[in-house]
Amino acid sequence: MNIVVCIKQVPDTTEVKINPQTGTLIREGVPSIMNPDDKGGLEFALQLKDKFGAHVTVITMGLPQAEAILREALAMGVDRAILLTDRKLGGADTLATSSAIAGALRTMDFDLVITGRQAIDGDTAQVGPQIAEHLDLPQVSYMEDLQYNESTKTFTIRKQTEEGYQILEVQAPCVVTALASAVSPRYMRVNGIVTAYDKEVEVWGADRIQVPEERIGKAGSPTSVYKAFPKQLKPAGETHEVTPEEAVELIVNKLKEKHII
Amino acid sequence: MNLTDYKDVYVFAEQREGKIQNVALELLGKARELADANQEKVVAMLLGKHVRENAQELIAAGADEVLVVDHDLLAEYLTEPYTQAITQIIKERKPSIMLIGATTIGRDLGPRVSARNVTGLTADATKLEISDDEAHEFRMTRPAFGGNLMATILCKDHRPQMSTVRPGVMQKLPADPDRKGTVVDFKVDFDEKKISRVKIVKTVKEEKTVADISQAKVLVSGGRGVGSKEGFAKLETLAKELGGEVASSRAMVDAGVMEQSRQVGQTGKTVRPSLYLACGISGAIQHLAGMEESDLIIAINKDKFAPIFSVADLGIVGDLHKIVPLLTERLKSLQK
Repeated sequence: MNIVVCIKQVPDTTEVKINPQTGTLIREGVPSIMNPDDKGGLEFALQLKDKFGAHVTVITMGLPQAEAILREALAMGVDRAILLTDRKLGGADTLATSSAIAGALRTMDFDLVITGRQAIDGDTAQVGPQIAEHLDLPQVSYMEDLQYNESTKTFTIRKQTEEGYQILEVQAPCVVTALASAVSPRYMRVNGIVTAYDKEVEVWGADRIQVPEERIGKAGSPTSVYKAFPKQLKPAGETHEVTPEEAVELIVNKLKEKHII
Repeated sequence: MNLTDYKDVYVFAEQREGKIQNVALELLGKARELADANQEKVVAMLLGKHVRENAQELIAAGADEVLVVDHDLLAEYLTEPYTQAITQIIKERKPSIMLIGATTIGRDLGPRVSARNVTGLTADATKLEISDDEAHEFRMTRPAFGGNLMATILCKDHRPQMSTVRPGVMQKLPADPDRKGTVVDFKVDFDEKKISRVKIVKTVKEEKTVADISQAKVLVSGGRGVGSKEGFAKLETLAKELGGEVASSRAMVDAGVMEQSRQVGQTGKTVRPSLYLACGISGAIQHLAGMEESDLIIAINKDKFAPIFSVADLGIVGDLHKIVPLLTERLKSLQK
């Protein structure tokens, strides 16, 4: 079985702070990490490798420094790592991103593609399903567990829903998007860390993926950012340091004033 | 693509087991406003099996026309048949704008539809507007960078201009049972071979005792300062007294004290109740993103520098473990 896991390097947005004077983001010093849902997806792939001897490839599209998360994946035990990087791929929205990654996947053999459900820097949850569409493959999003049935070449997948879950049976090959909360990713192995730096990270340019230029990068992006701005927080109200009894009075008066009680 | 061929605002009227989801009604309310700005129609797309009887509810919520696609293959949501149905609607009807609820269904369907129809999809917009200049541009604003930044997105040269919106973000119109609209049966030719690649083995509803916090009028929400299940029991008594529900910050969900379905914030739910009473919540930006639209925010926290005070209408620096029980008693005595 061949599995490809699509991963993304993201800023650790939980570490982002706002400059209170200017109201702008402080981006400096924000660490980059492997997107948590992608790491969950990678763990699912490595579990299938443990069980079935699956061959696991990771691919990321991004800037050259995204190599760091590929090294991390190698240290966790993947067999092959690909960095898709090219100026022509820059400025891509989700559709152009998924077109490029789907183009790379088209050149590979696989039974299963795993992506994270969503990336913490964008929270769109779009690229996985869009890759599936470009490849004309079935998709299951919000995957929290999957089993492979070798005899029927199908996956039995547990999908999270608002009300509970669904069990779906899907023909291979297919695309699933994984939830980080469903699994605990393994740590990098000590000898894995050492060998990770001996292994080659393949660097692919846009010429490797044979997708028309009007489908990738900025040109292939139907959406564009008209403007970006720091969030306008409404002006703060009054804050009081008072005794519990006085606090209760203040709260009750406010609730009466706003007709809550 | 001739952009002038595309018109009207289409809403995916998500239903589950024949029940229209609240988010669909909220989107119809917003769609009404967008359509009126361009003198266009609001069209609801109602997909399912035996769902025709729900059409009037959608008209009452703001739709001018309801397209009913009634088919066995649509009885329970699956990506492929729903994508095929909506794609055929796009091909034949040429919508200008399409709105979809950002539920587990909508976030599965939206990207698939956008890719099949080669158009843009804005994820989880919090503001949708038609510009009031001559261009009448459709502008979609959403949080970016983990909620730290807002970005306004355009989809200039592709149609439909699609956006998902999280439940609780837009407001539904008061239902008007006298509103008139048309109901049209829309026929779809399905490619069943593609559909057969995925089968539902079973759908399981877990017994969840929780109410939907995104619909609650009053939320008493707790964070790290509450600390324990015992602490939340105090919040629950207060919430009951106010006719509301208990919610939680991410910290208390990660700690296993509260269930995920009650989590407010970027990775939880978006809420805009009449009252949000934040107890022992410091107010990380990811949390604020999920609750700052609340009508009235009252915060109790020991740390006077807690960021929650920057969005609170009334801030109390103090010990919630003392204030919450006192407040509950006071409200009880007022009831008498």
